[in-house]
Amino acid sequence: MNSNSLKISNENLKRRLNAERRFKFYGVIAISLALIFVLILFTNIISKGYSAFYRTLIEIKIEFNDKVQPEMFKQMSDTEINKLDLYSFSKKNIYSNFPDIEKKSDKKKIIKLFSIEFEEEIKTYINKNKNNLGNTINLYISASDDIDQIHKGNYSRDIPEERRRVSNFQLSIYDELVGQNKVKFEFNLPFFSRGDSREAELAGLGGSLIGSFFTMIIVLLLSFPFGLFGAIYLEEFSKRNRFTDFIEININNLAAVPSIVFGLLGLGILLNTFELPRSTALVGGITLSLMTLPTIIIATRASLRSVPPSIREGALAVGASKVQTVMHHVVPLALPGSITGTIIGIARALGETAPLLLIGMVAFIVDVPSSPLDPSTSLPVQAYLWNDSAERAYEEKTSAAIIILLSFLILFNLIAVFIRRKFETKW
Amino acid sequence: MGLITFFLLVLFAITSFYLGYFRSNRVRVIEKQRPFSLDKYYGYYLAIWSVVPAVIILFAILIFDGFIVKNYVLSEFYSQGIDQSEISLLFTQIENTRNGIKLFNSEDEIIVNAVNKLNYIEGIFDITSIITVFSVSSLFLLYGYRKINLNFDARLIVEKFILIGFFLCSLIAILVTVGIIFSLLYETVRFFSQVPILDFLFGTNWSPQRAFVRDAADAADIENAFGAVPLFSGTFLIAFIAMCVSIPVGLLTAIYMSEYAKSSVRNTAKPIIEILAGIPTVVYGFFAVITIAPFIRSLGGSIGLDVSSESALAAGLVMGIMIIPFVSSLSDDVISSVPQSLREGSYAMGATKSETIKKVIIPAALPGIIGSFLLAVSRAIGETMIVVMAAGLVANLTANPLEASTTITTQIVVILIGDQEFDSPKTMSAFALGLTLFVMTLILNFIALRVVKKYTEKYE
Repeated sequence: MNSNSLKISNENLKRRLNAERRFKFYGVIAISLALIFVLILFTNIISKGYSAFYRTLIEIKIEFNDKVQPEMFKQMSDTEINKLDLYSFSKKNIYSNFPDIEKKSDKKKIIKLFSIEFEEEIKTYINKNKNNLGNTINLYISASDDIDQIHKGNYSRDIPEERRRVSNFQLSIYDELVGQNKVKFEFNLPFFSRGDSREAELAGLGGSLIGSFFTMIIVLLLSFPFGLFGAIYLEEFSKRNRFTDFIEININNLAAVPSIVFGLLGLGILLNTFELPRSTALVGGITLSLMTLPTIIIATRASLRSVPPSIREGALAVGASKVQTVMHHVVPLALPGSITGTIIGIARALGETAPLLLIGMVAFIVDVPSSPLDPSTSLPVQAYLWNDSAERAYEEKTSAAIIILLSFLILFNLIAVFIRRKFETKW
Repeated sequence: MGLITFFLLVLFAITSFYLGYFRSNRVRVIEKQRPFSLDKYYGYYLAIWSVVPAVIILFAILIFDGFIVKNYVLSEFYSQGIDQSEISLLFTQIENTRNGIKLFNSEDEIIVNAVNKLNYIEGIFDITSIITVFSVSSLFLLYGYRKINLNFDARLIVEKFILIGFFLCSLIAILVTVGIIFSLLYETVRFFSQVPILDFLFGTNWSPQRAFVRDAADAADIENAFGAVPLFSGTFLIAFIAMCVSIPVGLLTAIYMSEYAKSSVRNTAKPIIEILAGIPTVVYGFFAVITIAPFIRSLGGSIGLDVSSESALAAGLVMGIMIIPFVSSLSDDVISSVPQSLREGSYAMGATKSETIKKVIIPAALPGIIGSFLLAVSRAIGETMIVVMAAGLVANLTANPLEASTTITTQIVVILIGDQEFDSPKTMSAFALGLTLFVMTLILNFIALRVVKKYTEKYE
């Protein structure tokens, strides 16, 4: 009887311990799942995007002739050279690199191997070396986006020809060039300086980087002072009454309002009522700063609250006024926390896309903006726009834009962590 | 002009500061007694007097000058009895011509005259406004300067001013809320004057592009085009899928973190999971389009299911991943705040750790956990980029997660992206959707915060 109940309870215990082990195992699985998601996300985007940071160049030979002589460039200024019409000259020279090809349609296919701006690239080369040009020059010019993708191995060559963007003929020419060692990679500097373009090999991040920069400057200028001062008032000076409670509820609610609603606010009030210029970093900055404000207020209040009362009492005891106490003693101690909150808020604003779509920062803009009043896009919006493009070459560009965006966010967060570690006092 | 005025004002403020500073210094020398406040407060006092009225006047000018200039330039057209809409068209033409944009009628005499008139009046306006601003602030400066004497307490006034400034800053939160409600409500009310509210809330057909026709004959068409039920169903379907991912993973993560994990594991794993919350949503959208959707498609294809390339499932799954840290960190806080005595009581009865968690801690923390779920749901409903990129753009009343379906936020973006025509019910419907979204998230957040707050108070 006794041994029997012991047996039952032993079995019971075994079952319970198994349940315990199983439960713990579920927890491990959940955490690993979350960690795996992070890993997949990052490896996926990095593996898709890193190839956008270099580009393919093809070497060609240019022979000057009677009409276009190397000597004539010596007297010309840069702008004069840029105004010259060298299109047919450049084209003929590219053809003469492939002497075996005579059919006109084939020649057209050859020209498609190169970037659409081959004339400009040749001019740039001439401009740079105008004083020591020989009669023949060898230079590298950009490959078209399709050849670029093939050279990087992003396009499969096995799909049937009619579904491929590069014909068999072009592929054979490309292979020939590779065999002659005339195709090389180079760091893709233009990607960081150029504006958007309909030609994938020309599209760059420059415009959106500057647009994001202007937007973030406006967010910083607007949300930090207002957030800081508002938080100081609420935490240090206001008496607790219905009105300040109301403000507090408002702030907490604003922090949870979906970002797209701020876009509607920007559209309804800033664009339609105040008639501020559409698509500009100014409007984007104001909209995003309204969104960032609650974050900053909440962070600043938390760090003001953590300053011990003894600091205030000490200052008051030696005769400082209330404002002096707060401004000279409490705020400096709370500032690191406030700045940390601001940086995190700005990082969030930098990644925000939805409100910007509504205020027109999604336009196709080729020029790099020169002021916050010029139409521009921002980094995440550029990623969204490229993601919408049908051409495969934009896929690596989208990933690259996201890599840049994420590196900025990581940088911001590291700075925030650094400030917190370095300056925050533990009481 | 704006930049010049700004620099002049800064210069003016600095001069006024030193004026006050030296004035107070001189008072001390003459009276052989220290004035009431420190010297610098007299400086601040004068700087405030010189700048604040000037800024207020400048803002007033900024708001009204466009209106006055426009009226002046157009005054002769008004007297000719030209139609209102034609006049405003004319004014844009005048402005464009002035800004160097060549139009078909840029050479017309009326336009050329008006441009000259515009340039003239704006020149006068600029000069007079600068003169007014600086003479007014000089007057105030003089007034303040004369008030400085031995017994004048400048610090009190400066501090009062600072406090008022701080107070105004704290009001911005209210202003933003009012702005949101006003802008949403204004358009929504106009929308509901054209489309009955019940048709909007209970109609099952959403095709706003059909509502371009605004003739009375096609009124029925407009009514039938704005039924938002497919959007609501799509929103909740995707939010439901997202919660199916984030609740189990997030909750189990939270439990493991707070009850089982060693602090070293906790300190490394927690920040990594929180990274998920900091990644911009456009990244998740891209991830859904480029990786998850094709994966689901090929998976569905291999078992004979037809999955559309934009599916609620892909969007929902990725959204679920995004929400994991919200659920896990909020639940973690709640679980950690369950008093230790409850755990120890349970252990003393011989319960294992998992039994304690399941039978004691979870029930005790349940209200808080549910609060965190509600917050996560409100996140999911308001999320935009993932669904815009991955869930489909056409309204489709379906409960099948493998088909494309659209959400409230997607439709707002679809309607308002690019150029919109004003006053069309299509544009206004986006604001009505925005208001619906705002109210929904507000209610969810309100309940969730209430529950969490009440709960945490219980154990403190």
